[in-house]
Amino acid sequence: MIRIDNLTIRFGHGQRPVVRDVNLTVAKGTAFGLVGESGCGKSSVLRALSGLNANYDGSIELQGETLDRQRSRPFFRRVQMVFQDPYGSLHPRKTIRSQLKEPLRNQGLDTNSVDVNAVLRSVGLDPVLSYRFPHQLSGGQRQRVAIARALMLNPDVLLLDEPTSALDVSVQAEILNLLQDLRAERGLTYLLVSHDLAVVSHMCSRVAIMEAGEIVEQVEIEALRRGAVEHPYSQRLLRASRMYGRA
Amino acid sequence: MTEPLIDVRNLEIAYGGGHMRAVRGVSFTLGQEKLGIVGESGSGKSTVGRGIMKLLPPTAKVSAERMRFRDVDLLKASERTMMTIRGRRIGLILQDPKYSLNPVMRIGEQIAETYRFHHPKVSKAKTYAQALDMLEAVQIRDPERVARLYPHEISGGMGQRVMIAMMLIAEPEVLIADEPTSALDVTVRLEILALLDELVSRRNLGLIFISHDLNLIRNFCDRVLIMYAGRVVEVLEARDLDKARHPYTQGLLASLPTIEDPPARLPILKRDPAWLDDLAAKVLR
Amino acid sequence: MTISTEDADSANAGGFRKWLLAPEPRGWFQSSTQQIHQGWLKFSLHPLGLAGLFIIVLLIVVATAAPLLTSYDPIVQDMAGRLAPPSATHLLGTDNLGRDVFARVIYGARTTLYIIMLVTIIVAPLGLLIGTVSGYFGGIVDEILMRITDIFLSFPGLVLALGFAAALGPGITNAIIAISLTAWPPIARLARAETLSLRKADYIAAVRLQGATSIAIITRHILPMCIPSVIVRVTLNMAGIIITAAGLGFLGLGAQPPWPEWGSMAASGREFMLDSPWVIAAPGIAIALVSLAFNLVGDALRDVLDPRGSE
Repeated sequence: MIRIDNLTIRFGHGQRPVVRDVNLTVAKGTAFGLVGESGCGKSSVLRALSGLNANYDGSIELQGETLDRQRSRPFFRRVQMVFQDPYGSLHPRKTIRSQLKEPLRNQGLDTNSVDVNAVLRSVGLDPVLSYRFPHQLSGGQRQRVAIARALMLNPDVLLLDEPTSALDVSVQAEILNLLQDLRAERGLTYLLVSHDLAVVSHMCSRVAIMEAGEIVEQVEIEALRRGAVEHPYSQRLLRASRMYGRA
Repeated sequence: MTEPLIDVRNLEIAYGGGHMRAVRGVSFTLGQEKLGIVGESGSGKSTVGRGIMKLLPPTAKVSAERMRFRDVDLLKASERTMMTIRGRRIGLILQDPKYSLNPVMRIGEQIAETYRFHHPKVSKAKTYAQALDMLEAVQIRDPERVARLYPHEISGGMGQRVMIAMMLIAEPEVLIADEPTSALDVTVRLEILALLDELVSRRNLGLIFISHDLNLIRNFCDRVLIMYAGRVVEVLEARDLDKARHPYTQGLLASLPTIEDPPARLPILKRDPAWLDDLAAKVLR
Repeated sequence: MTISTEDADSANAGGFRKWLLAPEPRGWFQSSTQQIHQGWLKFSLHPLGLAGLFIIVLLIVVATAAPLLTSYDPIVQDMAGRLAPPSATHLLGTDNLGRDVFARVIYGARTTLYIIMLVTIIVAPLGLLIGTVSGYFGGIVDEILMRITDIFLSFPGLVLALGFAAALGPGITNAIIAISLTAWPPIARLARAETLSLRKADYIAAVRLQGATSIAIITRHILPMCIPSVIVRVTLNMAGIIITAAGLGFLGLGAQPPWPEWGSMAASGREFMLDSPWVIAAPGIAIALVSLAFNLVGDALRDVLDPRGSE
């Protein structure tokens, strides 16, 4: 579904690359985890993939076709993103309903062509909440709205940028379950970025570990669970995560 | 039994003229141990830490049957008394060193300033030497070089070590750490926790460790207080967490994803409104 | 089960109140009205702000109902009764041409209101547009727009207004244009500053990821976020606008005689200040009071709309 070849991202000219020569493939319908600590470049990979950052070297393919650096409008109906901070990813002064209709508006579609209430229900929210403003919702509710918004255009791929790291543990469990259910129901493909190995282990079938802009190791998730990682950084990360748990 | 370092009984903290009760009837003691206070956002755990240090805004109403530090009655203590206690006898480490360090002062100078505040008569040279000693004690490898740096030039982990150095230089008896490692990467976290562990045991401090990370606390602390909606719902030894009896604690433990053995679905924590009930709040020991 | 009288009262009168306080708004109108209601509740915690608001409302009422409040014509002269001190017949006395000062102050309120409204209508959208476009696009667009803003910003307000009034000719409309040209740059800079930080927000990134055009992003997403701080700024600058207008009037470049305008009234009253102080005191106090009122309202509005500054 997704294929990234030799992705290199540099901010500014002649600066050290933030992401260096990253290669990965994500099979359709699977969840792929990208793990690393702050500054390793995992979010930059996601942003390049999403189309937010057109300044990269290398190629990104979606279902076999290489993407133009400046994404076209139809691209956004195939790939959508869920952001980390539920308090920052919703417009503070617009009602939920309006924000859910926004993707339709921006794609030039009829704003009644998708049933907003149905989408809200599919993420576990009561449609009556749709007339509220974001500050009237809890963090977990806001993140559900963010997921609903991403689903409005019926994409094939969801890019998840640390979707639960700003949430309480109990709320995280609900959101992770929701994401799993959605993937199963809709056959979605996920690329999940996280610094929390436990979340990745729970959600993904394959994981790439990044350090300082490079992928140091890529393994199937069972290998990670067994601890069968070879690179010294992977081992350090695994050991630290085991000992002191979630971020 | 030796006298506890901190003794709190029935602490009540309310905002907005008494309407918003952030802390309800919290009681605990702290000895020379690592006590963890765990809770989610809104549980009141940070408010407890700041309440003890009387660092809450003036709109907060603090009351308790007892709130003592050693022989000092914290409830009745004047601001002047509190100033001799804060930083000097009880240290406070906060989450993000970016916001706690003065951005326009070199690190060495900041630590020296803290020392000078509590030991005003010591010479400048000796104060700076103490600061360097402290940087070494928090395992910073090149103290002279780091002391000349500004806060924006050091990493998060090093910033937190500097915070710890600043707090420990006054040789406190109790440390209150409010999410000290939440802003740090997982590998750095291990190092900082090991450092805290060593310092606490070597100097016989009492440590109150406030966090939302249950896994972290269960591995690091000796005893754990679980807070929910302003109340302490359970107190137990860290090693006994698996045997938790309160449904909130059990639910919290169950909803944590693990690396090794993930269940197909994470069990959802069902919040029982009875947990908020005054009558039902039996602290399980 | 007995219901207390308060419950019974609120159950009846409660219809609208319940609608306002309902936790589950069932429509956009209800939701937005609730937000405005919340804002009003916050505003009403500021006694000084309320006092300022009262004065502004009074200004509007007085200006609108001018003919009802006085039977005197503000323009008609009466040389026999000139410079009469305040009395039962002339509440604030008469000026050097025998005109009733009270009537002139009241009709002068219309002039003031006219100036304020026109300036706001010109300045706010212009500043917002230039500021947001400049901040969002950055680069050469930002440079050009900001240098233009700098040019207008670097002239002292009254001097620039004088220049324009001199070029365009005296008169109230030209005075308004002149004032507006000096009042928009701070708004543009404010809008630009807000846009620069809003640009990086996740919710803007989310909209970009929906394929929104830049125009759509600026108008539908960034502008609404800038409006509150612009409202506060315009309100706070209003005092300066009123005083600039009065200054122009004082120099004879504002509303032309015989039409009442507080500034020109103060100018002509200057001569008689020692013997007939009411001629200059009345318009002077009116100017000061209205300026003060806007400042007080602006401060209170800032707490409601732009709480970032107070925390």
